[in-house]
Amino acid sequence: MSLALGGHLAEAAAAASRVSLHPLDYSIMALYCLFVIGIGFALKKQMKSSADFFLSGRSIPAWVTGLAFISANLGALEVMGMAAQGAKYGMLTTHFYWLGAIPAMVFLAIFMMPFYYGSKARSAPEYLKLRFDEKTRCLNSISFALMTLLGSGISMHVLADTLRQLLGWQYDTSLWVSSVVVLAYVLKGGLTSAIYTEVLQFFLIIFGFAPVVILGLKEIGGFSGLTEGLKQVGARSAELGLADKNLGEGAWLSIWSNMGSTDTNPMGIEWAGMVFGLGFVLSFGYWCTNFLVVQRAMAADSMKSARRTPIIAAMPKMVFPLLVIVPGLIAIVLHSQSDKFKYEIPGKEVKLEAAAWPKVATALKEAAAIEGKDAIETRKAQTAVLNKAVGATLDEVKVAKIVAAAKETGLPEAADKQEVVLTSIRNAGERDYNNVISSLVFKYCPTGLLGLALTALMASFMSGMAGNVTAFNTVWTYDIYQSYFGKNKSDEHYMWMGRVATTVGIVLSIALAYVAKQFNNVMDMAQLVFGFVNAPIFATFLMGMFWKRATGHGAFVGLLCGTMTSALFHGCTLVSGGTPGVKGGWLAAIAGKEPVRFASEMAQNFWLASFAFSVGLIVTIVVSLATKQKKTDEELTGLVYSLTPKQKTADEAWIMRPAVAGPILLLVAAALNLYFW
Amino acid sequence: MDIRNPIGLMFLILGLLMAGWGLITNDNAEMYAKSAGTNINLWWGLLMAAFGAFMLGLAICAARKKAAASGDKSCGSGCGCSK
Repeated sequence: MSLALGGHLAEAAAAASRVSLHPLDYSIMALYCLFVIGIGFALKKQMKSSADFFLSGRSIPAWVTGLAFISANLGALEVMGMAAQGAKYGMLTTHFYWLGAIPAMVFLAIFMMPFYYGSKARSAPEYLKLRFDEKTRCLNSISFALMTLLGSGISMHVLADTLRQLLGWQYDTSLWVSSVVVLAYVLKGGLTSAIYTEVLQFFLIIFGFAPVVILGLKEIGGFSGLTEGLKQVGARSAELGLADKNLGEGAWLSIWSNMGSTDTNPMGIEWAGMVFGLGFVLSFGYWCTNFLVVQRAMAADSMKSARRTPIIAAMPKMVFPLLVIVPGLIAIVLHSQSDKFKYEIPGKEVKLEAAAWPKVATALKEAAAIEGKDAIETRKAQTAVLNKAVGATLDEVKVAKIVAAAKETGLPEAADKQEVVLTSIRNAGERDYNNVISSLVFKYCPTGLLGLALTALMASFMSGMAGNVTAFNTVWTYDIYQSYFGKNKSDEHYMWMGRVATTVGIVLSIALAYVAKQFNNVMDMAQLVFGFVNAPIFATFLMGMFWKRATGHGAFVGLLCGTMTSALFHGCTLVSGGTPGVKGGWLAAIAGKEPVRFASEMAQNFWLASFAFSVGLIVTIVVSLATKQKKTDEELTGLVYSLTPKQKTADEAWIMRPAVAGPILLLVAAALNLYFW
Repeated sequence: MDIRNPIGLMFLILGLLMAGWGLITNDNAEMYAKSAGTNINLWWGLLMAAFGAFMLGLAICAARKKAAASGDKSCGSGCGCSK
C-alpha cells in the first residue's frame, strides 16, 4: 500500500476503502458474534418470569450494571460522534464529560436513584405514574418509545452505511445480520443478556480502539506532539477551513479560557450557554431521566448496588475522552499537516456524472470571476456557486484550490482532462467527521488488529441497539400494553409480549434505518427529537422528586409546554448562514420574518434545551400551585425527597458511600477542568 | 452465570489468535509499517490474552469462594478457600 503519495490522498482513501479483509479478521468478528449469542442462550434458563426478562430479576452486581450503564450509551453517538466533535471542536468536547456526564451521574447516584430503585417502579415512566398520574406517564412513555426506536434505527443505518463505504459490504446484509444477532441474544436472555453483552462490548471497545490512540500518539510525537499540533490547528484554523478566522493557538486546546464570547472558540458558544444548556439541562436530562441508562441501574441486586452503579460508571467515563475524543484530536493534527502524515479527514461522497461537465464548466468560470473582500469570503462564494452546480456540499479549501487551478490553466477541452477536473471535484466533498474513527482504524491497523477494531465498532453499534430495544420492550409492555390494552393478564403473557415487542422493535428499527437511508439529514432530525424530549422531561422528574407540592396536572401541562417551547424555539431560530428547514427557522420563514441567529448549531441546541427546561419548570410550578395535590403524603413516601427516610449507608465501606465517592469524583472532574483551563 | 467467564474466555481466545498471527507474520515489515514498525498483533494479542486469563482467574476464585461458603469441602488449596 504505497499509494498515499503526494497530493493523491483522496485516491488513496478511495483505494483503502476497498480493502478486503483477511480470513483472520472475519474469524474475530465471527467469534464475537458467537459469544454474544452464546451468552443469550446460556441465560435462557434464567428467564422464568417477566421480572427476569425486563428487570433481570434485580439480581445484577454493581460492577456489571455500572459498566453496562456507560456501555449502553457507547453507541454510534459516542464512538463516532465524539471523535468527530474532537476533530471539529478540539478539547472543548470534553465538556460533554467533565462538565456534563460526571456531575449528572453523581447527582443520579446520590439524589435520584433512591426514588427510582426504592419506589419499585419497573420503568422511568412508571415512576411518573406513581408520583403524578396516568396521563404524564402516557405522554412520556410514547415519546420515549419513539425515541428509542429512532435511536436504534439510526444506529443500525450508520453501521450498515459505514461498512458499505469501508468494506464494500452490502448495505442490506450488514443491516439484517447485525440486527438478527441483537435479536437472538435479547430474545433469549432479555435485559440480563443485554447487560452482560454490554460489559463484554465495553472491554472489546477499549481493546479495539486503544491501539489506534496509542499508534496515533506515537506518530505525532506523544502528548507534547499533540499539544503542539493542536496549537498549530488553532493558529491556522481559517486556512484549514475549520473556522472563518484564525482562532488562535489555544482554541483547540483550552476548555474555558476562550469561552468569553461566541466568536473566540470553535464551538461558537459562550460559557453561560455551555454551563446551563449542556452542563445542566442536557446532561442531567440524559443521564438522570433517560430510561435507557437508568434501566441498567434499576436491574442492580440491591439499593446499595443501584446507587453505586452511576458512581462506578463515572470512573471509566472520566478517562473515556482519551479513548473517544483523542482520536479526533489526532485526526485533526494529522489533517493539518497532511503532506507530512499522508492523511486527510475523509470527504463525503459526491456523485458527479461526466455529462455534468457543461454545468461544472459554467460554474467554474463564474467562481473564478468572484473577487471577495478577502480569501475567506471569496472561497465561501466560490463554494456556494459550485455546490449549486454539482448538487452537493463541497469543502471550501479544496474548492478554492480547484478554482485557482482552473483560473491558471483555463478550462480543458479534451474529455480526459475534463475528467481529471471532475474527479478532483468528486474528491472535494465536505469533510465527513463521522468517519474520523474508521479512517484512523484503516490507517493504523494491520490485518488482525483491523478485525479487532472493526469488531469493536460493530460491538458499539450492537450495544447501542440492544440498549434501545430492551428499554423499548419494557416501556411498551409495562407502560403502554399493560396499561391500555392487556390489563390483568398472566405473567407468561407479559413475557410473551416482551418477546413480541423485542422482535417488532427490531423490525421497526430496520424499517427506520431504511427511512434514514433515504434522507441525508436524518441525523439532524434525530438530534432534534432527542432535544425536544430530553430537556423538558428533566424538569418533570426534578419537580417530582424534590417538590412534594408538584401535582399531576402541573407535571403534564409543564411537560407539554416545555416540548412545545422546544418546537417554537426551533422554529424561530437558526444558525447564522443557515437556510430555514430541519435545522430551524421554519416558523419564522412561514411568518415571513428573519429568524434569530446563533453563532453555531451547538449554541442553538444548548439554548433550546435551556428554554424548554425553564418553561417546563415554571409552568409545572405555576399549574401545580393552581391545582390541588391529589396524592396524600403517605402515597408519596418513597417518591419525594422530603417524605423519604434518608438512605442508611453506615454498613458500607466509607469510600464506596455515594455521598463520599460522589464528591471525590466531582473534585477530580473540577481538577481536570482547571488543568485544561 | 458469572459474566467474567465468557469475557475471560473470549479475550483469551482472541488474544492467542492475534498473538499467534503476530508470530507468523513477524517478518512482514511491510504489513507492520502501518503500525509504526511494531508487531502490534503480537503485543496486543498477548495483552488481551493476559486480560482474559485474569478475568477467568477472578471467576474461578469467585466460584471457589462460593463453594467454600456453601460448605463444599472439595475446594482445593489456593485462592478463595477460606482457611
